[in-house]
Amino acid sequence: MTIFGISVVLLLSQLLLGLINGAFYAVLSLGLSVIFGTLGIINFAHGALFMMGAFIAWMLLEWLGIGYWPAIVLSPLIVGAFALVLEQVLIRRLYKLDHVYAFLLTFGVAMMIESLFQNAFGSAGKPYAVPPSLRGALDLDFMFLPYYRLWIVVASLVLCVVTWFAIERTSLGAKLRAATENAPIVQALGVNVPRMMTLTYAGGAVLAAIAGVLAAPIYSVSPHMGTDLVIVVFAVVVIGGMGSIKGSVIAGFGLGIIEGITRVVYPESSSTVIFLVMAIVLLVRPRGLFGRTS
Amino acid sequence: MSSAAPLLTVSGLKAWYGESQALHGVAFDVREGEVATLVGRNGAGKTTILKSIMGLMPRATGEIRFNQKKTLGLRPDEVAALGIALCPEERAIFASLSVWENLLLPPTIAGGGFTIDEIFSLFPNLKERRDAGGTTLSGGEQQMLAIARILRTGARLLMLDEPSEGLAPVVVKQIAQTIGAIKARGFTILLVEQNVNFARSISDRYYVVEMGSIIDQCTRSDVEADPARLEKYITV
Repeated sequence: MTIFGISVVLLLSQLLLGLINGAFYAVLSLGLSVIFGTLGIINFAHGALFMMGAFIAWMLLEWLGIGYWPAIVLSPLIVGAFALVLEQVLIRRLYKLDHVYAFLLTFGVAMMIESLFQNAFGSAGKPYAVPPSLRGALDLDFMFLPYYRLWIVVASLVLCVVTWFAIERTSLGAKLRAATENAPIVQALGVNVPRMMTLTYAGGAVLAAIAGVLAAPIYSVSPHMGTDLVIVVFAVVVIGGMGSIKGSVIAGFGLGIIEGITRVVYPESSSTVIFLVMAIVLLVRPRGLFGRTS
Repeated sequence: MSSAAPLLTVSGLKAWYGESQALHGVAFDVREGEVATLVGRNGAGKTTILKSIMGLMPRATGEIRFNQKKTLGLRPDEVAALGIALCPEERAIFASLSVWENLLLPPTIAGGGFTIDEIFSLFPNLKERRDAGGTTLSGGEQQMLAIARILRTGARLLMLDEPSEGLAPVVVKQIAQTIGAIKARGFTILLVEQNVNFARSISDRYYVVEMGSIIDQCTRSDVEADPARLEKYITV
């Protein structure tokens, strides 16, 4: 079956692939957005935190025999603890400075982390097997849908909803939103804003690490697996609107799908289409699709 | 009341915005249960005094004691935890929070604050609009919300920065009544005001701020005896 000379099966399978990439874009840009919205920090170390999540899952399996399901909890906790220290020691010194310092510092931190991992493990990808409980595929007649890919989409949707709920519907989230508007007054009203910022950075890192563990079985685990991804994710954040949760989720999944469609319709531009969209969005709406206008 | 020990004592307070000095050795005190008012022209340093007490000034020296505890050098949230609350001049109602979320934002630090029911009976409008966005309220309602927000926490000293600013006379009257009700509950209030008529309806004591110093002080009875006493410091 074809539409306009394009195979429907090919289109659907690329759409699915796009949805999966979109799931990673959404979870990663969500963490970046929350960190930027609250701390005003453009966290270029996000890709490195994503890579650490995947690598720690790999280490847990190779060295300690700890499988996928415990690892998807343990690895993000370890990365979160690392981020806690990183924020306390380095990041918090940047809050009062220009954004460019945050960019330089987090970019430097990312290069250091990635180089350390490359030094220790080499740059070749390490395989990480799909957990036995998620092997196999769903037969949809026109194509096979591997259970693991379905799990990625479901898990990332759950993460997006949980994050949205935590920020929009809880009292901690209300404090975060208020601090985004006017942190000194929130602190004068009695909220321990410095501690909240530490936890927010760690929370964003946990999201990145969960994405890393989710990615481990389908991308190979390597020191630079986050480098390319984070560039695309920054474009996603810009398109969605800096600091907007809704924007991150919609732009993440949407751009994954656009990328998938482009791969069928005009494969040559599939790796640049996101940046083309970014340029158009910036021309029409400089604050992004869902960015606050102030 | 006048024999009560000071709840807040400020002495030799100096503060700077960058290189420029805004306060030049401010000294005054506020006694438990009274309404003390800082009066003075725009730019005299009244708001800077409140910000220094709250720990919001980047650089401040001297001594501030609240309940015998030194507060200079503490973070704003640590000052708040001692029982000092600020209702800022710009009101700082958060646009991305509902009225209800704005109200519940400051953490409770001690017992003895207003309950939600008491707050809603004092400010019925807020109850009606509890799910509305914070900044969809009128100016008067936002001012009431900014005051209501700090009544809940159990803070004993409430610092209100120009609560009558930019409001219609009928609303100003309402705010004055509210402050009276708060005082009757035993709260101590440090008020900053330029509206002398408004201040006279509620204040027990006045400190006149000019060029970053306290240049005069007087009591309610002084002003009642000589109503023009404060005017000369305000009118140009």
